[in-house]
Amino acid sequence: MANYSVHSENDRSKILKALGINNAGELFSFIPGKVLNPEINIPAGLSEMELRDKLNKLAGLNNPVSSFSSFLGGGAYNHYIPSAVNYVTSISQFYTAYTPYQAEISQGTLQYIFEFQSLMCRLNGMDITNASMYDGGSSLAEAVLLSRRATGKKKVILSTTINPQYRQTVKTYVSGLDMEVVEAGHKEGITDIDLLKNTIDEDTCSVVIQNPNYFGNLEEVFKIRNMLDSYPDCLYIVSADPLSLAILKPPSEYGADIVVGDAQCFGNPLSFGGPYLGYFSTREKYLRQMPGRIVGKTIDRDGKDSYTLIYQTREQHIRKVKATSNICTNHSLNVLAATVYLYLLGEEGLKNLASLCIRRANYFYNKLSELPHFKKRYKSNFFSELTISTDLDVDRTLEALYKENIIGGINLGKYYNELSDSILVSFTEMNSESDIDRYIDILKKLQAG
Amino acid sequence: MSKIIKYTETYEYISVDNEIGTVGIAEEASDKMGDIYYVELPEVGKKFAKGDEAAVVESAKSAADVFCPVGGEVIEVNSNLESNPEFVSKNPLTDGWLFKIKITEMDELESLMDYEEFKKHVHEEG
Repeated sequence: MANYSVHSENDRSKILKALGINNAGELFSFIPGKVLNPEINIPAGLSEMELRDKLNKLAGLNNPVSSFSSFLGGGAYNHYIPSAVNYVTSISQFYTAYTPYQAEISQGTLQYIFEFQSLMCRLNGMDITNASMYDGGSSLAEAVLLSRRATGKKKVILSTTINPQYRQTVKTYVSGLDMEVVEAGHKEGITDIDLLKNTIDEDTCSVVIQNPNYFGNLEEVFKIRNMLDSYPDCLYIVSADPLSLAILKPPSEYGADIVVGDAQCFGNPLSFGGPYLGYFSTREKYLRQMPGRIVGKTIDRDGKDSYTLIYQTREQHIRKVKATSNICTNHSLNVLAATVYLYLLGEEGLKNLASLCIRRANYFYNKLSELPHFKKRYKSNFFSELTISTDLDVDRTLEALYKENIIGGINLGKYYNELSDSILVSFTEMNSESDIDRYIDILKKLQAG
Repeated sequence: MSKIIKYTETYEYISVDNEIGTVGIAEEASDKMGDIYYVELPEVGKKFAKGDEAAVVESAKSAADVFCPVGGEVIEVNSNLESNPEFVSKNPLTDGWLFKIKITEMDELESLMDYEEFKKHVHEEG
């Protein structure tokens, strides 16, 4: 055995003696032999060529989104990714998902993370953004945990118009803690402020909304702020699609304390299971309660710009059990994709893109009036997603679209019992007007047949 | 009772004047931490038992808990540290104090070290 082991024979015999056993195998003696070392029935190996052929065939069974016209949204968006994004993220020096602890060899990585933080702050108006989180759901859960730490209070109120998967993630994160999660329902597809009022009390650490919400609707963000003014300790947490912030008022203007969301929409591909890109922004007041780390900019001894990780002292590798969060990393490569994407589009480009998505949604909305069996579900204003309802069968409607290579949207009955008649349809620049015409034509035939 | 200073094994000092204890961290601790950037202080009115976490002192390298040396209630905090956290290491016994408590467990002072004992403790810890 050439393997290096830190334990000498002498160490080993001391440990065995202390444990009162003769050999390490005795530690496992309570496990039946056939379970401990089972015979594993795996076929003989394949050559590289055979393996590649097999994997190609398996991969060919996938239905990639590129072979469809997709109207799926609900938190993950099918935007065009300019070639320059993948070109830059493929530069080998950047090619790490990992943490740039060694500032002396990581200036490039640290600089783009710093740029990402600054860009997100410009979009949402907050004081600080961290170096990124796993995804929008875990980022929201971390926001709730911050509100618990900062206030010492135990009750969090989630609007039911938040992405159901995000709400599930919050519940998972707080399940081991002494916390109460209360869900406040919606009226006409937006958070019911009267219900919020009835639910909030002195022990509430945060009220959480999503804007634009899961149904695509715009929330009454200022009214909620006004209501919260009677509860000065309670934090206002907003989950926001960052592309919407190119046009909508930044959450800082309506007094949000924490803004989170998923920045996958910026240059990151759709991918089942991720990696996606959570962002986390807050006020300077909560800097030391924030999960994760920040990249800071300073000057070195020669007066040149330089970057380094800061505020790591509250992280798990230093603060152990008292860390602000279990996250001890960031999604570096996804951050790079988002940063390159944002610089490629620029401020005007991003505004134009957001307007285009809204225009496509409205194009669809205007055609909807031609269809007696389909209508916009809610009266509320919408952004680039739209909830429609039908007196026909939702599954059959989606199947009919799928047969014509259109993924029509999300069957909302999956998440909301009362919405078994509704579909969430999402629009990006990838949904051309002719695709939308095709979608509408199929719905027309459905009602005729 | 004249003014005395006592030390803990975790490097806090408490300077006692009648029933009022002023708590800070010993110079020997701030030497190890490096420059202090931030201090998180307790709320006035908060009650601590001996050994409770009462404050956090943050340097570039660490965020260290400060434990209350004896039981008592916080009556004042050093709000100057918000803008001058470096006082904690520069002048630990004067400007760099963290908080004052009204001591409720006077007899717990007996279990603390005087300066000679503390120096020996620091030396042994290396």
